[in-house]
Amino acid sequence: MASKKTSWFDEGSGYLIRPYAITGGRTQPNGADFPLITQVATTGSAKSSAVQGVQPELVAILDLCRERPLAIVEIAALLDLPASVVKVLCGDLLAKSLVAIKTPGEETSAPSVELLERVIRGIRKL
Amino acid sequence: MPTALKILVAGGFGVGKTTMISSVSEVPPLETDEYMTQASLGVDDLAGTPEKSTTTVAMDFGRITLDLDHVLYMFGTPGQERFWFMWDDLALGSLGAVVLADPRRLTDSFASVDFFEQRQIPFAVGVNCFWGQSDFSAQEVQTAMNLRTPAPVVMCDVRHRGSSKQVLLALLESAKAQAARRLSPSPGY
Repeated sequence: MASKKTSWFDEGSGYLIRPYAITGGRTQPNGADFPLITQVATTGSAKSSAVQGVQPELVAILDLCRERPLAIVEIAALLDLPASVVKVLCGDLLAKSLVAIKTPGEETSAPSVELLERVIRGIRKL
Repeated sequence: MPTALKILVAGGFGVGKTTMISSVSEVPPLETDEYMTQASLGVDDLAGTPEKSTTTVAMDFGRITLDLDHVLYMFGTPGQERFWFMWDDLALGSLGAVVLADPRRLTDSFASVDFFEQRQIPFAVGVNCFWGQSDFSAQEVQTAMNLRTPAPVVMCDVRHRGSSKQVLLALLESAKAQAARRLSPSPGY
Protein backbone atom coordinates (compact mmCIF):
# COMPACT_ATOMS: atom_id res chain seq x y z
CA MET A 1 0.00 0.00 0.00
CA ALA A 2 1.38 3.40 -0.91
CA SER A 3 2.39 5.77 1.86
CA LYS A 4 -0.20 8.43 2.47
CA LYS A 5 2.11 10.58 4.59
CA THR A 6 3.44 13.09 2.15
CA SER A 7 0.44 13.53 -0.05
CA TRP A 8 -2.56 15.68 -0.63
CA PHE A 9 -4.67 12.99 0.93
CA ASP A 10 -5.64 12.95 4.59
CA GLU A 11 -7.35 9.89 6.03
CA GLY A 12 -9.77 12.00 8.02
CA SER A 13 -10.69 14.75 5.63
CA GLY A 14 -9.91 13.31 2.21
CA TYR A 15 -8.16 15.46 -0.37
CA LEU A 16 -6.67 18.55 1.24
CA ILE A 17 -7.03 20.55 -1.93
CA ARG A 18 -9.67 20.05 -4.55
CA PRO A 19 -8.06 17.62 -6.99
CA TYR A 20 -9.04 19.56 -10.06
CA ALA A 21 -7.21 22.63 -8.71
CA ILE A 22 -4.08 20.76 -9.82
CA THR A 23 -5.37 20.58 -13.37
CA GLY A 24 -6.57 24.15 -13.58
CA GLY A 25 -10.13 22.94 -13.49
CA ARG A 26 -9.81 20.61 -16.47
CA THR A 27 -11.45 17.21 -16.08
CA GLN A 28 -10.52 15.79 -19.49
CA PRO A 29 -7.05 15.54 -20.98
CA ASN A 30 -6.35 17.69 -24.02
CA GLY A 31 -6.65 15.33 -26.93
CA ALA A 32 -7.61 11.71 -26.54
CA ASP A 33 -8.85 10.12 -23.33
CA PHE A 34 -6.57 7.48 -21.83
CA PRO A 35 -7.82 4.17 -20.48
CA LEU A 36 -6.67 3.38 -16.93
CA ILE A 37 -4.04 0.85 -18.00
CA THR A 38 -2.40 3.17 -20.54
CA GLN A 39 1.37 2.89 -20.14
CA VAL A 40 3.38 6.04 -19.46
CA ALA A 41 7.17 6.31 -19.79
CA THR A 42 9.39 9.32 -19.23
CA THR A 43 11.25 10.28 -22.41
CA GLY A 44 14.92 11.10 -22.78
CA SER A 45 14.11 14.79 -23.22
CA ALA A 46 12.80 14.96 -19.65
CA LYS A 47 16.22 15.80 -18.19
CA SER A 48 16.24 17.86 -15.02
CA SER A 49 17.04 21.04 -16.96
CA ALA A 50 13.98 20.55 -19.14
CA VAL A 51 11.59 20.22 -16.23
CA GLN A 52 12.51 23.42 -14.40
CA GLY A 53 9.43 25.47 -13.74
CA VAL A 54 7.17 22.49 -14.38
CA GLN A 55 4.54 22.00 -11.68
CA PRO A 56 5.50 19.55 -8.93
CA GLU A 57 2.84 16.96 -9.74
CA LEU A 58 4.21 16.68 -13.26
CA VAL A 59 7.75 16.26 -11.94
CA ALA A 60 6.50 13.54 -9.59
CA ILE A 61 5.03 11.63 -12.56
CA LEU A 62 8.27 12.00 -14.53
CA ASP A 63 10.26 10.64 -11.58
CA LEU A 64 7.93 7.66 -11.19
CA CYS A 65 8.03 6.67 -14.85
CA ARG A 66 11.76 7.11 -15.42
CA GLU A 67 12.82 3.59 -14.41
CA ARG A 68 10.04 1.70 -16.13
CA PRO A 69 6.68 2.43 -17.71
CA LEU A 70 3.72 2.63 -15.34
CA ALA A 71 -0.01 2.60 -15.97
CA ILE A 72 -2.14 5.70 -15.37
CA VAL A 73 -3.86 3.81 -12.57
CA GLU A 74 -0.53 2.96 -10.89
CA ILE A 75 0.61 6.57 -11.01
CA ALA A 76 -2.72 7.60 -9.49
CA ALA A 77 -2.35 5.11 -6.65
CA LEU A 78 1.28 6.01 -5.93
CA LEU A 79 0.62 9.77 -5.93
CA ASP A 80 -2.76 9.51 -4.18
CA LEU A 81 -4.47 11.42 -6.92
CA PRO A 82 -7.73 10.48 -8.65
CA ALA A 83 -7.04 8.64 -11.91
CA SER A 84 -8.94 11.27 -13.88
CA VAL A 85 -6.57 13.97 -12.60
CA VAL A 86 -3.55 11.88 -13.59
CA LYS A 87 -5.02 11.50 -17.08
CA VAL A 88 -5.10 15.28 -17.48
CA LEU A 89 -1.55 15.65 -16.16
CA CYS A 90 -0.25 12.93 -18.47
CA GLY A 91 -1.95 14.68 -21.36
CA ASP A 92 0.03 17.81 -20.45
CA LEU A 93 3.29 15.86 -20.26
CA LEU A 94 2.57 14.26 -23.61
CA ALA A 95 1.98 17.69 -25.14
CA LYS A 96 5.42 18.74 -23.85
CA SER A 97 6.94 15.50 -25.23
CA LEU A 98 8.21 14.68 -21.74
CA VAL A 99 6.48 11.29 -21.72
CA ALA A 100 5.64 8.64 -24.27
CA ILE A 101 2.29 6.94 -23.97
CA LYS A 102 0.99 3.59 -25.16
CA THR A 103 -2.75 3.04 -25.02
CA PRO A 104 -4.02 -0.54 -24.93
CA GLY A 105 -4.54 -1.76 -28.46
CA GLU A 106 -7.75 -2.52 -30.26
CA GLU A 107 -6.86 -6.19 -30.13
CA THR A 108 -7.64 -6.49 -26.43
CA SER A 109 -11.42 -6.18 -26.77
CA ALA A 110 -11.51 -9.15 -29.14
CA PRO A 111 -8.25 -10.86 -28.23
CA SER A 112 -6.72 -13.32 -30.67
CA VAL A 113 -6.04 -16.94 -29.83
CA GLU A 114 -2.34 -16.15 -30.07
CA LEU A 115 -2.53 -13.29 -27.57
CA LEU A 116 -4.49 -15.44 -25.12
CA GLU A 117 -1.92 -18.21 -25.45
CA ARG A 118 0.82 -15.75 -24.51
CA VAL A 119 -1.19 -14.71 -21.46
CA ILE A 120 -1.70 -18.35 -20.50
CA ARG A 121 2.05 -19.00 -20.76
CA GLY A 122 2.74 -15.97 -18.58
CA ILE A 123 0.27 -17.07 -15.91
CA ARG A 124 1.65 -20.63 -15.89
CA LYS A 125 5.12 -19.25 -15.15
CA LEU A 126 3.93 -17.47 -11.99
CA MET B 1 6.72 -0.23 -24.05
CA PRO B 2 4.66 -3.25 -23.05
CA THR B 3 1.08 -3.76 -24.15
CA ALA B 4 -1.26 -3.52 -21.17
CA LEU B 5 -4.03 -6.09 -20.71
CA LYS B 6 -6.61 -6.48 -17.99
CA ILE B 7 -8.79 -9.00 -16.26
CA LEU B 8 -11.59 -8.12 -13.85
CA VAL B 9 -12.28 -9.82 -10.55
CA ALA B 10 -15.94 -9.48 -9.64
CA GLY B 11 -18.21 -10.91 -6.99
CA GLY B 12 -20.09 -9.95 -3.87
CA PHE B 13 -18.77 -7.88 -1.01
CA GLY B 14 -16.11 -9.64 1.07
CA VAL B 15 -15.86 -12.71 -1.15
CA GLY B 16 -12.08 -12.45 -1.56
CA LYS B 17 -11.45 -10.23 -4.59
CA THR B 18 -8.55 -8.35 -3.01
CA THR B 19 -7.17 -11.59 -1.58
CA MET B 20 -7.10 -13.14 -5.02
CA ILE B 21 -5.41 -10.12 -6.56
CA SER B 22 -2.72 -10.07 -3.86
CA SER B 23 -2.05 -13.79 -4.26
CA VAL B 24 -0.95 -13.39 -7.88
CA SER B 25 0.15 -9.75 -8.13
CA GLU B 26 3.88 -8.96 -8.25
CA VAL B 27 3.26 -5.79 -6.22
CA PRO B 28 1.08 -5.42 -3.15
CA PRO B 29 -2.38 -4.45 -4.40
CA LEU B 30 -2.75 -0.73 -4.88
CA GLU B 31 -5.88 1.27 -4.38
CA THR B 32 -6.90 4.29 -6.34
CA ASP B 33 -9.83 6.64 -6.59
CA GLU B 34 -11.61 7.53 -9.74
CA TYR B 35 -14.03 10.39 -10.02
CA MET B 36 -17.05 9.40 -11.95
CA THR B 37 -19.35 12.00 -13.31
CA GLN B 38 -22.81 10.67 -13.74
CA ALA B 39 -25.93 12.69 -14.30
CA SER B 40 -28.17 10.22 -12.58
CA LEU B 41 -27.09 7.25 -10.57
CA GLY B 42 -30.66 6.20 -10.05
CA VAL B 43 -30.13 4.92 -6.55
CA ASP B 44 -28.46 7.97 -5.04
CA ASP B 45 -30.93 10.46 -3.67
CA LEU B 46 -29.51 13.74 -4.82
CA ALA B 47 -32.54 15.77 -3.85
CA GLY B 48 -30.77 17.48 -0.99
CA THR B 49 -27.56 18.02 -2.92
CA PRO B 50 -28.58 18.99 -6.43
CA GLU B 51 -25.10 20.24 -7.31
CA LYS B 52 -23.55 16.86 -6.65
CA SER B 53 -22.81 15.17 -9.92
CA THR B 54 -19.59 13.31 -9.25
CA THR B 55 -18.89 10.39 -7.02
CA THR B 56 -15.66 8.80 -5.91
CA VAL B 57 -15.14 5.10 -6.46
CA ALA B 58 -12.24 3.26 -4.89
CA MET B 59 -10.87 0.25 -6.71
CA ASP B 60 -7.93 -1.99 -6.12
CA PHE B 61 -5.70 -3.65 -8.62
CA GLY B 62 -2.51 -5.64 -9.04
CA ARG B 63 -0.09 -6.30 -11.87
CA ILE B 64 1.57 -9.34 -13.43
CA THR B 65 4.40 -8.96 -15.92
CA LEU B 66 3.66 -11.74 -18.42
CA ASP B 67 6.66 -11.32 -20.68
CA LEU B 68 8.77 -8.50 -22.11
CA ASP B 69 5.90 -7.19 -24.20
CA HIS B 70 2.83 -7.78 -22.05
CA VAL B 71 1.73 -6.65 -18.63
CA LEU B 72 -1.55 -7.78 -17.12
CA TYR B 73 -3.57 -5.74 -14.64
CA MET B 74 -6.20 -7.31 -12.43
CA PHE B 75 -8.96 -5.02 -11.23
CA GLY B 76 -11.30 -5.73 -8.36
CA THR B 77 -14.66 -4.35 -9.35
CA PRO B 78 -16.27 -2.06 -6.81
CA GLY B 79 -18.56 -4.34 -4.85
CA GLN B 80 -21.47 -2.05 -4.18
CA GLU B 81 -24.16 -2.32 -6.79
CA ARG B 82 -24.58 1.43 -6.93
CA PHE B 83 -21.16 1.63 -8.58
CA TRP B 84 -22.09 -0.64 -11.39
CA PHE B 85 -22.24 2.11 -13.92
CA MET B 86 -18.48 1.96 -13.61
CA TRP B 87 -18.21 -1.63 -14.68
CA ASP B 88 -18.79 -0.81 -18.30
CA ASP B 89 -15.71 1.39 -18.25
CA LEU B 90 -13.72 -1.27 -16.49
CA ALA B 91 -14.97 -4.09 -18.69
CA LEU B 92 -14.10 -2.28 -21.90
CA GLY B 93 -11.10 -3.95 -23.48
CA SER B 94 -10.76 -6.62 -20.81
CA LEU B 95 -9.73 -10.16 -21.66
CA GLY B 96 -12.41 -11.49 -19.35
CA ALA B 97 -13.50 -11.74 -15.76
CA VAL B 98 -13.31 -13.97 -12.74
CA VAL B 99 -16.54 -14.05 -10.76
CA LEU B 100 -15.77 -15.11 -7.22
CA ALA B 101 -18.61 -16.82 -5.39
CA ASP B 102 -19.03 -17.81 -1.77
CA PRO B 103 -20.79 -21.22 -1.74
CA ARG B 104 -22.85 -20.11 1.29
CA ARG B 105 -23.97 -16.93 -0.46
CA LEU B 106 -24.18 -17.90 -4.12
CA THR B 107 -26.90 -15.35 -4.83
CA ASP B 108 -24.40 -12.55 -4.17
CA SER B 109 -22.64 -13.43 -7.40
CA PHE B 110 -25.69 -13.71 -9.66
CA ALA B 111 -25.65 -10.05 -10.62
CA SER B 112 -22.00 -10.28 -11.70
CA VAL B 113 -22.73 -13.36 -13.78
CA ASP B 114 -25.64 -11.56 -15.48
CA PHE B 115 -23.45 -8.58 -16.25
CA PHE B 116 -20.80 -10.61 -18.09
CA GLU B 117 -23.30 -12.95 -19.77
CA GLN B 118 -25.24 -10.03 -21.21
CA ARG B 119 -22.11 -8.45 -22.63
CA GLN B 120 -20.68 -11.77 -23.84
CA ILE B 121 -17.50 -11.18 -21.88
CA PRO B 122 -15.72 -14.48 -21.13
CA PHE B 123 -15.75 -15.34 -17.45
CA ALA B 124 -15.01 -18.16 -15.06
CA VAL B 125 -16.63 -18.71 -11.68
CA GLY B 126 -14.25 -19.30 -8.79
CA VAL B 127 -16.02 -20.87 -5.82
CA ASN B 128 -13.89 -19.58 -2.99
CA CYS B 129 -13.76 -21.74 0.10
CA PHE B 130 -11.12 -22.83 2.59
CA TRP B 131 -8.77 -25.27 0.91
CA GLY B 132 -11.16 -25.45 -2.02
CA GLN B 133 -13.40 -27.75 0.04
CA SER B 134 -17.13 -27.22 0.08
CA ASP B 135 -20.29 -29.20 0.71
CA PHE B 136 -21.11 -28.60 -2.91
CA SER B 137 -19.32 -29.79 -6.03
CA ALA B 138 -18.40 -27.54 -8.92
CA GLN B 139 -21.10 -29.32 -10.91
CA GLU B 140 -23.73 -28.54 -8.28
CA VAL B 141 -22.70 -24.90 -8.22
CA GLN B 142 -22.86 -24.76 -12.01
CA THR B 143 -26.40 -26.11 -11.89
CA ALA B 144 -27.43 -23.81 -9.05
CA MET B 145 -26.14 -20.80 -10.95
CA ASN B 146 -27.99 -21.85 -14.08
CA LEU B 147 -25.20 -20.56 -16.30
CA ARG B 148 -26.42 -19.84 -19.77
CA THR B 149 -22.96 -19.89 -21.23
CA PRO B 150 -20.61 -22.81 -20.67
CA ALA B 151 -18.54 -20.84 -18.18
CA PRO B 152 -16.10 -22.96 -16.21
CA VAL B 153 -16.67 -23.34 -12.47
CA VAL B 154 -13.56 -23.94 -10.38
CA MET B 155 -13.38 -24.73 -6.68
CA CYS B 156 -10.59 -22.63 -5.24
CA ASP B 157 -8.93 -21.06 -2.24
CA VAL B 158 -7.73 -17.70 -3.48
CA ARG B 159 -5.40 -17.21 -0.53
CA HIS B 160 -3.03 -19.44 -2.46
CA ARG B 161 -1.32 -18.41 -5.66
CA GLY B 162 -1.57 -21.86 -7.20
CA SER B 163 -5.31 -21.94 -6.69
CA SER B 164 -5.82 -18.43 -8.06
CA LYS B 165 -3.74 -19.40 -11.08
CA GLN B 166 -6.09 -22.32 -11.79
CA VAL B 167 -9.07 -19.96 -11.86
CA LEU B 168 -7.25 -17.55 -14.16
CA LEU B 169 -6.20 -20.36 -16.47
CA ALA B 170 -9.78 -21.68 -16.62
CA LEU B 171 -10.95 -18.21 -17.63
CA LEU B 172 -8.23 -17.81 -20.26
CA GLU B 173 -8.85 -21.25 -21.79
CA SER B 174 -12.54 -20.38 -22.01
CA ALA B 175 -11.71 -17.01 -23.61
CA LYS B 176 -9.41 -18.80 -26.04
CA ALA B 177 -12.18 -21.19 -27.05
CA GLN B 178 -14.46 -18.19 -27.58
CA ALA B 179 -11.80 -16.48 -29.72
CA ALA B 180 -11.37 -19.65 -31.79
CA ARG B 181 -15.15 -19.78 -32.39
CA ARG B 182 -15.03 -16.19 -33.65
CA LEU B 183 -12.50 -17.29 -36.24
CA SER B 184 -14.54 -20.23 -37.50
CA PRO B 185 -18.27 -19.67 -37.05
CA SER B 186 -20.19 -22.89 -36.73
CA PRO B 187 -21.22 -24.29 -40.10
CA GLY B 188 -24.84 -24.85 -40.99
CA TYR B 189 -26.01 -21.32 -41.67
